[in-house]
Amino acid sequence: MYPRPIPEDAKTKRALYIGGVTLVVALWLLPLVAVMLTSIRSNEELMAGNYWGWPQKFSLVENYTAVFEQTAMLRFFLNSLLITIPSVIGVLILSTLTGFVLSRYPFRGSNLIFALFVGGNFLPAQIMMIPVRDLMVRLSLYDTVYALIVFHIAFQTGFATLFMRNFIAALPGELFQAARAEGASPFQVLRHVVVPLVRPALAALAILTFTFIWNDYFWAIVLTQSDAVKPVTAGLNNLRGEWTSAWNIISAATIFVALPPVVMFFLMQKHFISGLTMGAVKG
Amino acid sequence: MPRFWRRNRHWMTPALLLLPGLILFSLVILAASFETVWISLHDWDGIGAKTWVGLANYVELAEDPQFYVSLKNNIIWLLIFMLAPPIGLALALIVNQQIRGMRILKSLFFVPLVLATVTVGVVFGWVYDPTYGLLQLIFGLFGGTAPALLSDENFATLAVATAGLWPQIAFCMVLFLAGLNNLNEDLIGAGRVDGARGWQMLRHVVLPQLSQVGFIAIAVTVIGALRSFDMVAVMTTGGPYGSSTVLAYQMYEESIFSYRFGYGAAIATVLFVIMIAFIAWYLHGLIKAERSNA
Repeated sequence: MYPRPIPEDAKTKRALYIGGVTLVVALWLLPLVAVMLTSIRSNEELMAGNYWGWPQKFSLVENYTAVFEQTAMLRFFLNSLLITIPSVIGVLILSTLTGFVLSRYPFRGSNLIFALFVGGNFLPAQIMMIPVRDLMVRLSLYDTVYALIVFHIAFQTGFATLFMRNFIAALPGELFQAARAEGASPFQVLRHVVVPLVRPALAALAILTFTFIWNDYFWAIVLTQSDAVKPVTAGLNNLRGEWTSAWNIISAATIFVALPPVVMFFLMQKHFISGLTMGAVKG
Repeated sequence: MPRFWRRNRHWMTPALLLLPGLILFSLVILAASFETVWISLHDWDGIGAKTWVGLANYVELAEDPQFYVSLKNNIIWLLIFMLAPPIGLALALIVNQQIRGMRILKSLFFVPLVLATVTVGVVFGWVYDPTYGLLQLIFGLFGGTAPALLSDENFATLAVATAGLWPQIAFCMVLFLAGLNNLNEDLIGAGRVDGARGWQMLRHVVLPQLSQVGFIAIAVTVIGALRSFDMVAVMTTGGPYGSSTVLAYQMYEESIFSYRFGYGAAIATVLFVIMIAFIAWYLHGLIKAERSNA
């Protein structure tokens, strides 16, 4: 291990070290902690100028109910779920198929196809913005959740293919040879060999793509217009325009938007990190 | 047909399995990207007919002062973002200790990474708030007044890019931690025997082994800096007076707000050409890494 590990028996040194790192984390997350604190601060206190002191009165319930009752955040939240969940499922299905074929059926051009999938992922969103928007308008999908679902499935399949291909390629080859020796068709191999084995990869991929899609802002503003379909990210930004001075409400809404990915991250941290380092794709 | 199927199914089934993903991706992502180049050669309001104008959009772009402001800001983003790999490495080195409680601290460091850029934008909007923000609090401690960074044309880009740095550092940190976990213990041990310590050890023993991860961190950071959009859109909408815009945002503005889709497409194409060099560089490195691992 590098740097030199602090030995087990150096108790004081260890305690000091942990204390120091805690301090660094506290500074690192200070902006977020400030927003969290503001989200439970009462309006009167903000009016009185207590922005940074410890809240005298906790308005957690008031502020968060205000977000639900006085803003459309709940609607945006549901929209985000309606967009994100089907997109993630679509990405998982398509990338299992593409990853399986690209890892187990070598053919001429397979590397080229793979490179296209991976390279496409780094393209700046703006290069495809106009045609994608136009396509959705022509398909009458513009300003519906389907526009975002179709786009996210298409785009994330690029990254997810890289992910699934690497995972399936790393599975023991004997399994595939045995299945083929028994005369299993590719479809049977997929069903009986691949699908049972890729569950852990699917879990990692699901959480990663969930985060990417949930957090998307650009396509949310390019492909939607009305509040009835807007996801949380676009909704939050609009809210800021309307509630300029009600920082406690904006903060509560911000925490509300951040919560699902953060919770998922803490639940499935190992998968998330391994997925991210394996893909190293998120820009 | 059944006979044809039986004879050819060994290759047709894989082909059929590959097609849905491939077609969707090619149509929505790849074809669209090429279409943009085509659109950039037209004058188009997004609804009516496209008028062929050849390279006129590019000629106009070359004379557009706003384009150079965007380009300059993209470079500023790039320079500021270059801080992410070293800071990420420093943080990774700090938390790379096995002490009780370190694991939870480590994951707390990663939190900015899972936040939406809009969230980061709102959070830093609060930090930079000239009356009540965190920055003002810090300046206040010393009896000063914080500058209104986001409404100051000299500082807006710096402020926005610095906010964007926050999740980027976390990302580099994740990469370097993975790299540190794969260090060759024998080499470190040999280094220690030879009396290498601290900076020397880092420079001569550790960094060479992290070169692959470092390459990925730098490449991803460059690409991230060049395609920055969300933070600008959320924090300043390119203002004040277009001083904090970047190519990605200028492109969006020209298309969506000014209905100049052809001109927007030209900006997107320029951004794409700048980025393709870095994307190719990155892919080349990835393939090399994959070969050496195999």
